[in-house]
Amino acid sequence: METLFVKGNEAIAMGAIEAGCRFYFGYPITPQNDIPEYMSKHLPAVGGTFIQAESEIASINMLLGASATGARAMTSSSSPGISLKQEGISYLCGSQIPGVIVNMSRSGPGLGGISPSQGDYFQATRGGGHGDYRTIVLAPSSVQEAYDLTMRAFDLADKYRNPVLILGDALLGQIKEPLKTRPYRGTPPEKDWILTGASGRPRRILKSLYLSEGELTDHNWFLYRKYQQMKREIRFETQNLDDAKLLVVAFGSLARIVKSAVGMAREKGMLIGLLRPITLYPFPYAALEKISRKIRNFMAVELSTGQMVEDVKLAVGHKKNQVDFYGRPPGSIPSPDEIFHEIAKVYKKRIA
Amino acid sequence: MEQVFSRPQSLIDVPFHFCPGCHHGIIHRLTAECIDRYALQETSIAVASVGCSVFLYDYLDVDVLEAPHGRAAAVATGVKRARPDRFVFTYQGDGDLAAIGTAEIIHAANRGDRITVIFVNNTVFGMTGGQMAPTTMPGQETTTTPFGRDPAVNGFPIRMAELLGGLTGTTFVARGAVDTPKNLVKTRKYMQRAFEVQTTGEGFGFVEILSACPTNWKMSPERANKRVKEEMIPYFPLGIFKGGDA
Repeated sequence: METLFVKGNEAIAMGAIEAGCRFYFGYPITPQNDIPEYMSKHLPAVGGTFIQAESEIASINMLLGASATGARAMTSSSSPGISLKQEGISYLCGSQIPGVIVNMSRSGPGLGGISPSQGDYFQATRGGGHGDYRTIVLAPSSVQEAYDLTMRAFDLADKYRNPVLILGDALLGQIKEPLKTRPYRGTPPEKDWILTGASGRPRRILKSLYLSEGELTDHNWFLYRKYQQMKREIRFETQNLDDAKLLVVAFGSLARIVKSAVGMAREKGMLIGLLRPITLYPFPYAALEKISRKIRNFMAVELSTGQMVEDVKLAVGHKKNQVDFYGRPPGSIPSPDEIFHEIAKVYKKRIA
Repeated sequence: MEQVFSRPQSLIDVPFHFCPGCHHGIIHRLTAECIDRYALQETSIAVASVGCSVFLYDYLDVDVLEAPHGRAAAVATGVKRARPDRFVFTYQGDGDLAAIGTAEIIHAANRGDRITVIFVNNTVFGMTGGQMAPTTMPGQETTTTPFGRDPAVNGFPIRMAELLGGLTGTTFVARGAVDTPKNLVKTRKYMQRAFEVQTTGEGFGFVEILSACPTNWKMSPERANKRVKEEMIPYFPLGIFKGGDA
């Protein structure tokens, strides 16, 4: 173990290689270029392969091909590039092929800009591509967590034979922080489904086309049950739940700023707690519902005009009228002071 | 009595679903013959595309991975890079390879990926019901060129073999047809060479095969075969474009 001072993007690349990722396929787009650059430099030394593809579409399909043979593979991009990868992500889900896809998101819609945004929440958590599918979505909020969760992403992808998304943003990708590296301790599972040539066994087919009557229905029910099982992987972080009268919910890099704001509010005697979902899909609905029996007031804070807030409202059910929201569309990052001000307003309205 | 003709071992003994007079069945058989000839049944990973050829896995007794529309070449790149010791080939139609998958095939070819591409050109989208393909001939009526393809509106048929043959990254590029026994025998040789350049590690092999689609051309199988000779071959000349003598 050593302590390094690296960017979030580099931490993801390092975590991937440590977890056994030996194939990276990507296409340049700001603000995630440190990932392909790191991979191009360091994969050859561990016997891996880096390919700069001709497009985001080609790169996700190269991942599909490599993963189908049992290799651990990753691709990364940023918002408009992830839109292009959605077709491939849908096929990965339909064919039950794992893979890790990183979205160091930027601001949209369209070309938008390269500033941080959380406007890809719906795209990440609702499937994004065509068909009734889900992917596990992990949302790190620090460089250390980016490293740790990337390793975990490969294990989860293999465990469920499903792609796993890592949703960060320009802020997480570009921030530089101390990182404690650690050896990968997981054990990649035996893969009895991969394509290696039908030597000594019956041939295998990996596909997503099901035309016989009822066959696709069965396949989709099977996938549905798998998505339900992913609830075992729900992770979140909480602070100050015991005496809180208002619970603030935020994720990713923004949650760090929100944490500072909540700290400022606590200093002023406001009874405020924090919940930070680490898995955005599956979302910690049950945990929030349980909390809502004790805490009556909620506030979602996002770098968008409001997406995750819908999940918070779903979680707290009939108390949804007690969910306030502060959102900041892309283009600027709020300071802890600004968020404190917004939280204090809600606290005064609801509690004080 | 000596048996001189039999079903290739890697061709599964089931009836083809293809329409009467379609050349896919012949090309499937040629593919299976190549797999057998080079003893690749246990080391092949086939990449199936979409359209009429998607059911490749119903007929070839090898591992098969299904690619999204047009992306087979990129998928094959991923497979081959991860398993360089396996034989990797795609089987794609013209709607797949020459329209939505143009970028993927050009770049896979130009990277010189050690894969083999079998490209079936019947100048029409088959499974989707006969719409215009990039290879549709001038004047050819399709469901989306009901008055015949007008190059002034739709551009010209694209010659993929010529295009890929011009790329530095390719090793062997040829175009054949299976409308006559003579052409079939030549095409078989092209396919063998396209297989060989991968098995020997030389590079990227590509065979375009002119094919009949009597259903969507609204012709009898005999008439469709005649069209291959009279209309297609003059525009899409047969022969080797890279890696040997025509």
